[in-house]
Amino acid sequence: MMEEFKPVRSIFEIPRKERLAPGHRACAGCGPMIAIRQILLVSPEEPIVVNATGCVEVATSVYPQTAWIVPWAHVAFENSAAVASGVEAAMKSLKRRGGIDKERPVIVFAGDGGTFDIGLQALSGALERGHKMLYVCYDNEAYMNTGIQRSSATPYGAWTTTSPFGKVWPGKRERKKDIISIVASHGVPYTATASIYHWKDLMTKVRKALSYDGPTFLHVYAPCNRGWRFDPSLTVEVARRAVETRFFPLYEVEEGKYRITVPVPKPRPLEDFLSIQGRFRHLLRPEYREALETLKKMVDDRWTWLERMATATSKS
Amino acid sequence: MCPGLSHQGHRDGQRGGEGVVELGERLEYKKMLLTGDDAVAYAVKQSRVDLVAAYPITPQTVIVERIAEFAANGEFEGEFVPVESEHSAMSACVGGALTGARVFTATASQGLALMHEILYAAASMRLPMAMAVANRALNAPLNIHNDHSDIMGSRDSGWIILFSESPEEAYDRVIQAFKISESVDLPVAVNLDAFTLTHSAEIVRMLPDEVIARFVGRPPRRPTLLDERSKSFGLMALPDTYQYFKDDHYRSMEESPPSIRRVEEEYKGISGRSYEPIKKYALEDADVVMIMLGSYAGTARMAARRMRSEGHKVGVLSLGWYRPFPKREILDAVEDADTLVVMDRALSYGAPANPLMTDIITMLYEAGMRKRIINVAYGLGGGEFTEDDARTLLEYALKEGPRREFFFYYGGRE
Ligand SMILES: Cc1ncc(C[n+]2csc(CCOP(=O)(O)OP(=O)(O)O)c2C)c(N)n1
Ligand code: SF4
Ligand SMILES: [Mg+2]
Repeated sequence: MMEEFKPVRSIFEIPRKERLAPGHRACAGCGPMIAIRQILLVSPEEPIVVNATGCVEVATSVYPQTAWIVPWAHVAFENSAAVASGVEAAMKSLKRRGGIDKERPVIVFAGDGGTFDIGLQALSGALERGHKMLYVCYDNEAYMNTGIQRSSATPYGAWTTTSPFGKVWPGKRERKKDIISIVASHGVPYTATASIYHWKDLMTKVRKALSYDGPTFLHVYAPCNRGWRFDPSLTVEVARRAVETRFFPLYEVEEGKYRITVPVPKPRPLEDFLSIQGRFRHLLRPEYREALETLKKMVDDRWTWLERMATATSKS
Repeated sequence: MCPGLSHQGHRDGQRGGEGVVELGERLEYKKMLLTGDDAVAYAVKQSRVDLVAAYPITPQTVIVERIAEFAANGEFEGEFVPVESEHSAMSACVGGALTGARVFTATASQGLALMHEILYAAASMRLPMAMAVANRALNAPLNIHNDHSDIMGSRDSGWIILFSESPEEAYDRVIQAFKISESVDLPVAVNLDAFTLTHSAEIVRMLPDEVIARFVGRPPRRPTLLDERSKSFGLMALPDTYQYFKDDHYRSMEESPPSIRRVEEEYKGISGRSYEPIKKYALEDADVVMIMLGSYAGTARMAARRMRSEGHKVGVLSLGWYRPFPKREILDAVEDADTLVVMDRALSYGAPANPLMTDIITMLYEAGMRKRIINVAYGLGGGEFTEDDARTLLEYALKEGPRREFFFYYGGRE
């Protein structure tokens, strides 16, 4: 079941009411913070936020200060989906008993580590049980809070402190996990990728996700200048190039139908994305050429697969 | 007559309703033959719980199954969330409690161990909730039977910890737990021994739904995620403030006894059943006192009764409260005894003493009391403990011996 939702078409349609206060302690140019601000701005109602341990949580909540202008709770690293399940279920009971008039939307913000890795079980449980919540994974492609260690969201070839490149290793040796397929296979009504440069696409997806009566999931690309090794002024540019090189495709899976929401008919060379980040720069050196080719093939294969999925599922 | 209990005919036919017993004008209850697990499930149903999030593990399973059954028949008004793990059970309870709702979970053994991380969060976030722990041994080796290793591993998480000795006490203590936790803003764990309590049917004098509903009321208002003015919960605290939170939590535990007592007294008012921090049996002039936790205390009391009739001055003390530790009450009760037999159903490897022994020795030392103390590790992984076993130990303690002793007692094997 889905309610009406309003797509975001221009900057003038964005409500002015901030829900994340400035002055928090994230690094200048922090991608995840931009994502969260954008998401909260367009939530039609004031949501309850559940936040996993990670950069966002520690940067916004050092006692006695909080950057959250919405109700917010943090409990641990791997359990945000479970905490949110409890919030959602309890509200149902309170409403039935007349304790509250209506249930509020619940939004989870968890990093890639808290989602792809340690929190995957709790996420799967919550999706399967069908709690109404929007789960947002802000993906900065590593465990940043603990000092840039690899996660299963870290792309192939990327340097992190636990996937360094060296004489034998090309950086991370494994591919990025396809979290959207995992989420979609739970049969949830809506899941999508999004990115901060493409803010209209992101904001529209937030509204669409919140309009569904059930669990929905957004995988939001959120560059981290500290961990990816680029200048803080480039955060949004890096996010843009990730999409324009087809490195991070923007698409949605709605009621089982795949749709590429930001088509990239003429992709820029992958090097445009890699060369502005320290974590990938080694791939441009001759000794890592093979790894670069592997990564390029992964990007191509993924795009082809997506197009096929979009075609296959559009006919119904 | 209690309307919530009118349905009958459960699959094992254990729970046929018996006659309604009236206690004066106010007190009324219905006798039911219930296992400890069933009794806990009824207590939860009657306590107007908003959220049950639980994951099955032997021997707690029946609690979860029964609540699911109640929910399936529209008899449980709250939400039943069949989570995918105990870690998520405790996490969902924390989320639920943060909305101001009344929440419950139940677990045992491996499940409690898996929750461990979140137990600390629940307690230090000062969230009221109740949990039943069907005490079971921990792997390895795998063993589904009773001992207290599970709860002892969670001992320092800052929960109020209570022990029950019968299905009826488990029922009573769970109902009280909601009210205690909501009056002191601390979560409460009620322990019931695996199988000896969880799966043994005994008569439980169940109170009427309305009486329990009135007793527990609705949770009192406290800061929640649903407040008009947004609040943040579970913040990060740097070293300059962290200690204040811990100090506050520690103090709340220290100050909790009067509130727990008040709930016990109020409960006596509606049930006619009195609960206290400790249970005393034949302690007045006892030379030897056996100190215990949980269901084997009843077995020891049987042995003591017989030995008393033969003229031996032995008594049994068991703890209804474990945290907060009822120091004053125990000291008063054992002051004149020469010898204490401290019975531990959990080990603390390499420690100066096992958990209960550590507590007792510390308490005696503080009070300046010197006694002969025998620490016995027994009943691990369901190890048998019969009346004869209790007698063997008590007789041993009546004889002269070293001031300090520790041994494993295997029971029923000789
Ligand atoms: C159970 C547990 N294991 C490990 C940690 C340490 N830890 C805290 S945050 C974090 C990484 C967070 O990574 P991610 O979810 O990607 O968020 P980010 O910091 O990148 O925003 C880790 C490993 C923890 N807090 N809890
Ligand atoms: S390390 Fe990265 S994700 Fe963390 S606050 Fe800094 S920029 Fe943001
Ligand atoms: Mg991360």
